[in-house]
This record gives sequence, C-alpha cells and structure tokens, in this order.
Amino acid sequence: MSGQTVPADFSGHMLDLDEDDDLEVFSKNPSLAGGGPMPNSPSSMVNQYRLEEEEEQQEANARDLFITVDDPESHVTAVETFVMYRVATKTTRSQFDSSEYEVHRRYQDFLWLRSKLEENHPTLIVHPLPEKFVMKGMVERFNNDFIETRRRALQRFLSKVSLHPVLSHSHHLEVFLTAQDLLPYKKQGPGFLSRLGETVRAVASSVRGLKSRPEEFSLMQEYVEDFSIKISSVDKVTQRIIKEQREYLDELKQYNPTYAQWAESEGELAEPLNGVASCVERCSKETDEQIQHLSSVLVPALHDYVLCAETLKAVMRRRDNIQAQFEAKNEALGSRRTDLETLQDEVDSLADRVELANNALKGDWTRWQDGMRADLKSAFLSTAEKNVEYYEQCLAVWESFLLSQRVEPGEQRDGEDAS
Amino acid sequence: MADSGRIDEVAVIGNTDVTSTESENNIINTMVERGTSLLKKMEINVAEAEKRTGKNTVNMQETYTVYLIEIRPAETVPEGETPTAPDTLWRRYSDFELLRTYLLVTHPYIIVPPLPEKRAEFVWHKLAADNLDPDFVERRRVGLENFLLRVASHPVLSNDKIFFLFLTEEKGWREAVLETGFQDKVDSRIKSLSAMYRVKNPDKRFTELKLYSDELNSVISQLLRVRAKVADRLYGVYKVHGNYGRVFSEWSAIEKEMGDGLQSAGHHMDTYAASIDDILEEEEHYADQLKEYLFYTDAVRSVCRKHELIQYELEMVAQDLIHKKQQKEDLTTGTVRVFSLKGMTSKLFGQESQEQRESRLAALDQSIREGEETLKEKNTECQEFVRTACEDIERFKEQKDRDLREALISYAIMQISMCKKGIQVWSNAKECFNKM
Repeated sequence: MSGQTVPADFSGHMLDLDEDDDLEVFSKNPSLAGGGPMPNSPSSMVNQYRLEEEEEQQEANARDLFITVDDPESHVTAVETFVMYRVATKTTRSQFDSSEYEVHRRYQDFLWLRSKLEENHPTLIVHPLPEKFVMKGMVERFNNDFIETRRRALQRFLSKVSLHPVLSHSHHLEVFLTAQDLLPYKKQGPGFLSRLGETVRAVASSVRGLKSRPEEFSLMQEYVEDFSIKISSVDKVTQRIIKEQREYLDELKQYNPTYAQWAESEGELAEPLNGVASCVERCSKETDEQIQHLSSVLVPALHDYVLCAETLKAVMRRRDNIQAQFEAKNEALGSRRTDLETLQDEVDSLADRVELANNALKGDWTRWQDGMRADLKSAFLSTAEKNVEYYEQCLAVWESFLLSQRVEPGEQRDGEDAS
Repeated sequence: MADSGRIDEVAVIGNTDVTSTESENNIINTMVERGTSLLKKMEINVAEAEKRTGKNTVNMQETYTVYLIEIRPAETVPEGETPTAPDTLWRRYSDFELLRTYLLVTHPYIIVPPLPEKRAEFVWHKLAADNLDPDFVERRRVGLENFLLRVASHPVLSNDKIFFLFLTEEKGWREAVLETGFQDKVDSRIKSLSAMYRVKNPDKRFTELKLYSDELNSVISQLLRVRAKVADRLYGVYKVHGNYGRVFSEWSAIEKEMGDGLQSAGHHMDTYAASIDDILEEEEHYADQLKEYLFYTDAVRSVCRKHELIQYELEMVAQDLIHKKQQKEDLTTGTVRVFSLKGMTSKLFGQESQEQRESRLAALDQSIREGEETLKEKNTECQEFVRTACEDIERFKEQKDRDLREALISYAIMQISMCKKGIQVWSNAKECFNKM
C-alpha cells in the first residue's frame, strides 16, 4: 500500500481489501458485504468511518494514517489476567520507516500513551479512553460485551488521535504503534518524583488563585461546566430509554405464545390468530434490533462525550495552572532585588509558556467543538434513521397481515404474504 | 368514541385506513343486515351518561350513573328534513343487570350477550380503574349500547316482551319484571353443581363446548393480562422520550451551531411522548372487544350447565321409573330384593293381606304411569333444549369468528396507525438532527 494515494472515499477502498486481516472486524458483519454505497448498518464501525469521512473532508490533507484495534485475547500470568489487543497501522507518512505495523497492546499501554500525550500537550484536548471499571451493572472485566465495548472505544481513541494535526505526529504515538516492546519507553521520561514535584508546584500556584482569567477562557469554563451537566443528562435519558425498551420487549414476547395457544382451540379463527402471533413476533425482533442499535451507536457516542467533559475540565485547570505559575513568578519578580536577570528569564519563559498554552487551547477548542457536533449529529441521525426504519418494518408486517385478511377465505394462500 | 347510530362511513376493501368509526359501524351494519324485526323497526342508542345521587335501599346517600336510552324509528330521512325526535328513558347499570338475569332465566338455551364489566379489570396502571371516571363511564356507555344491539339483533331475544318494555317503559319496568316470577325459575346453585358430577350421558357437543369455553376464557384472560403489561411498558418508553425534549431544550441554550437543530428535535420528542396517550386509548377498544367474548364464555358455560341439569333430571326421572318398575315386579313376584322397611315390617308383623298388596300395586301402577308421562315430557324438554341450544351455539360461533376476526383486523389497523405516527415523528426529528 506504500506509495499509493488513498482515495477520498477511503472507506469503500478499505472494504475492498477483504483478504486483509485488519478488516476482519468490518467484513464479519454481513450487512456490510456487497460493496456499493455505504450501507446504513448498525455497526458503529461504519458510522465511525462515516464520521471520519466528514472530518477527513474538513482536513486539508488526505488521511494517511489508519489504525485498527481488534482481536482481543486473554492472557493469563501467575500474577494477573489481562486482555491484549492487536493494534494494526497502515500509513504513508515518511516519519514511519515502514508502511504497515502490527503490535499488541493492553489497556495499561493505552493509558500510558494518553498520559504522555497530555503531559506533552497540556492544553490540547485528548480524546478520552474508556473507563477502567464499569461501576454500575457490575460488569465482569472479561465479559465479552464489555471487551467489545472497550475495544471499540480504544479504536475511537486512536482514530481521533490519528486525525489530530498535532497529536498524530507525537513521538509517543509513533512508539506506541511501532515498538514491539513498550517497556523500555515506559521507563523513560521525567521520573515519578519529579512529576510529583511539578504537580505540587502547580497545585501551590493554583491555590493562590488566578489573578484574572481572559474572558474567552472564562466563557469556555462556563460552557464546559454546562456542557458536562447537559451531556450527562442526555446520557442518562438514553440509558433509561434502553432500560424501558428492554422491559417492553420482555412483555411483548409474551404475546406470541398466547395467540398461538388460542389458535390451537379455534377453527376458522386460527388463521388470523396465527397471523397476529407471527406479526408480533416479527415486531419483537425489530424491537430487539432497535435496542442493539441504540446500545452500539448512541450510547458509546454520548458516553465518550461525558468523559470528554471531564477532559475539558482538566484542560481548563491545567491552563489555569500554567497562567498561575507565570503570575506567581511575575509577582516575585516585582519584589526581588537580586538575581533579577535569571528571574526575568524564568518569567519570560513562563510567559511564553502561557501564550503557547492559550493558543494551543484556542486552536484545539474549535476543532473539538466541530468534532463533537459532527460525532453527536451523526449518532443522533443514525438513531433517528434506525427508528424510522423500525417503524417502517413493523408497518410492513402489519400491512401484509391486513392484506392476507382482505382476501376471501376461499382464496387465501398459505401463510402470509412476504412484505 | 363515535356515535354508533350513524351508518355513514363504511369501510371499503383495499382501504387500510379504517377509522374506529368505520370498524364500529362494520359491526353495527352486519347486525342490522342479518336483521331482526325489532331492529328493522327501530334504532337504539345509549346516548349519554349522567351522575345522580339518591338514597339507596339502606337509606344511605350514593352516587351512581344513569344512561340515556334513545329509541328512534328506523326510517330513511329524506334530505333536508330532520329525523324525528327519539323517545328516551334513563336506566342505571343495575337495571341492565336485572334485564340480563331475566333473559338468562327465561331463555336458558340462549347464549345471552354479556354486559360490560361492572368494575374495571385488566387495567394497565395509568388507566383509571375508578367507576366514576369519565373514560370508564364512556367505555361502559358503549358497552351497554353494544349489549342492547346484540339483544335486539338476536332472533329469539329480540322478541322478548320484557326487553321491549325495557326500551320503552321507564317507570314500572322493574315491577313488570318481578311480576313474571322469573326468580322461581332460577336453578339453585347446589342443584346445578351436583348435576355436573352425576350426569351419565351428557351430549358430547355440550361437553366439548364447555371445554372450549373454559379454554377460551383462560386464553383471553391471559391475553388481556399480557396486553395490560405491554401497554404499561410501552407507555414508559414513550414518556421517557419526553425527557429528551426537556434536556435538548436546555442543552440547545448553550450551543451556537447545534442549538436550533437540538431545540426543534426536542419538540418532536415531546410530540412523540404525548402520542402514546391516544394510541393506548384506541387500544382499549380492542381490549373491550376481547372482554366481551371473555364474558360471553360465562354465558356459554351457563347453557352447558343448564343442559347438564336437564339431562340430569331426565336421568333421575328415568332412574326413578326403572326403580318403580322394579318395585312392581318385586311386589308381583313376591321377592324381597332389597332390605326395606316394608320387608322388615312384614317379617315382624306378618305378611300383608292380599288387599293391601293390591292397593299397593295399584298405587305403583299409577306412579309408573305418571313416571312415564314425566319421562316423555322430560325427554321432549331435553331434546328441545338440545335442538334450540345447538342452533344458538352455531349462531354464536359464527358471530364470534366474525367479530373476533374484525377485532384482530382493527388491532392491525391500530398498529399501522401507531407505526405511521412513529415514522412521522422520527423523520421530523431526523430533519432537525440534520440541521445540527
């Protein structure tokens, strides 16, 4: 694939490469087979790519870095059990020596990558990782659904990072994607104690309080707090809907056996009764699919942004800290008599740091907002489409039953018409 | 609910958009078509319901509902002219109950149409179970009208004088009913219960019918229970979407580009949440149709039990006759078969005289003759009952198949209407999301 330019409709291109292992996760879904225009499949993968297609159109450059996360495998050692994911990369970027890479990473490794990215770019908005544990619901760490949900979230994380104009060029990302063994890299970098010191200084500065936050960041702060509350509410409502739908489906499933049992004791009435029974059964299946779709499309999207809200808060805090540190040193400058030059240099470099941090955040803020809008718009659109489809399918089922009943009994065909 | 006296809208084959008015009239029209002389002469409506208060039998104040019955001559009204004013009278539920009990007793071989339920059962929790609730009263009004129409369209019941008086004589009707002395004909429960255990040769048709009726009762009850639970859950699903409305609205306030799209999508979510009330109200109509046949099973059971009772009495009479004939034989041949007081006393006090024997024989002969008469009567009664009952059972079965099939069809139509609403709302929401 090296040297080949990736076409704009890369997703269609990807689906053609079916001998490729990396695409197992896509072609396994039968609704995706049979090429053509992008099918409206419930798979979040497809939606993910649709979204990225939009983003990609926004970016000036054609996308040149594709990462997939798949093939989760349980590993058992004497000390612990964990899951390893395969991370496969395809790229045309010159910074990479090769055009394809395959490594195995565990959740911890992802945490390491993200913390490195945040460390080096404190005021950039790094997409969140799925949580360590799922508190409510007491999900087992090695339950299949949990692993699959996590895998998709990890995929989204890397996808977002790979699209970021700054983060995607991070050395740590390169190492993450290419090094067979991460351990030597994990040991590098500022030690724990020095990082601790840095944190203490930061906390100390912030305790003294910020002199004045620039207006735009105050507005940002307000927005972040509001957004956090709103997105959590939407997330909760969605979870509630799924719960109610599941309970509805459970009751709905009782219809079929009841109508079928009734049909058994009837003569002429048996046929329409069985017809209704079969209609309700088909509607039950559609309801099940609708619930699946909600769980796999809307819930993960919303959940990501619930976590994003926390990320945003942290970013705002870090920016504030950087400003506070500068202000503290600047103040000290005012009351110093000796060593003015060195102190001035420190203050200057801190001032630069503030400017850099502010600009980085300003730039990333718009990018993040656009991304959020696109992601959630896509997720809501997909949900609305799925709901329309759900009702259309059910409508067809009942209409075909009606049709079978309008026919004179003598002319009735066997079973029902296919819709 | 539409005024079912109107026969304008008739469903056309091929048109899937049958309204509830049409489907109701489907029922009414077919009843009139099969036409009894009564229905040919008059239109019957239960037009209104009103609350009254008065003193009851224990001199306590109570509130009850009365229903206005309208009778109108069935005439085609020429265009431009107003139809003649109806004759009206008021009846309360207990009057209907009395009428029904009377019909049950007077025409025991007829499957008498049931009344709507006295108290709301099989309710899903949001639906009122209160007897004075306007929705319940309205549904009961429809049920009572349906009852009257069913009786009026029955080939036998429609000719009943007391029924006619019910529709025409407001005062004095109760007295008239009681004067018929129908209470005397009420079979004691104990009698009918014991009949069930001891009938030797019940007509197979009735045993099968009883089994079917029990099965139908059980399965419809089950269906109504499931329906209530499903309705409850569906209500929950729709109403939770209303929360989207509120949250989207709040969220849109802090967004710039996304704001409008979110806000308008939120409105559609509110519409979606509100739509469930009408949907479930319509579904109550389906539940009512099922309930009618659930209550019909009681009437069917009554007929079966009546058959058993008559059959039992017949067998008792036959048994008794055999016993008497045996006694006569014993007396003539002089054998003492069974340990009897007569045998004892004759042993103790000596054989009876020839005179005594002859008078006993004569009494027995008389008894046997009477017994044979009774047997013939009972036989005829039984055969008559079986014949007329089977006729009505056939009529009932056809009616049931027709009505329930229509009910299933109207259920499908309701589902279609619900789906169409859903498509509408979510398509609109999709447009809004597109604008985000």
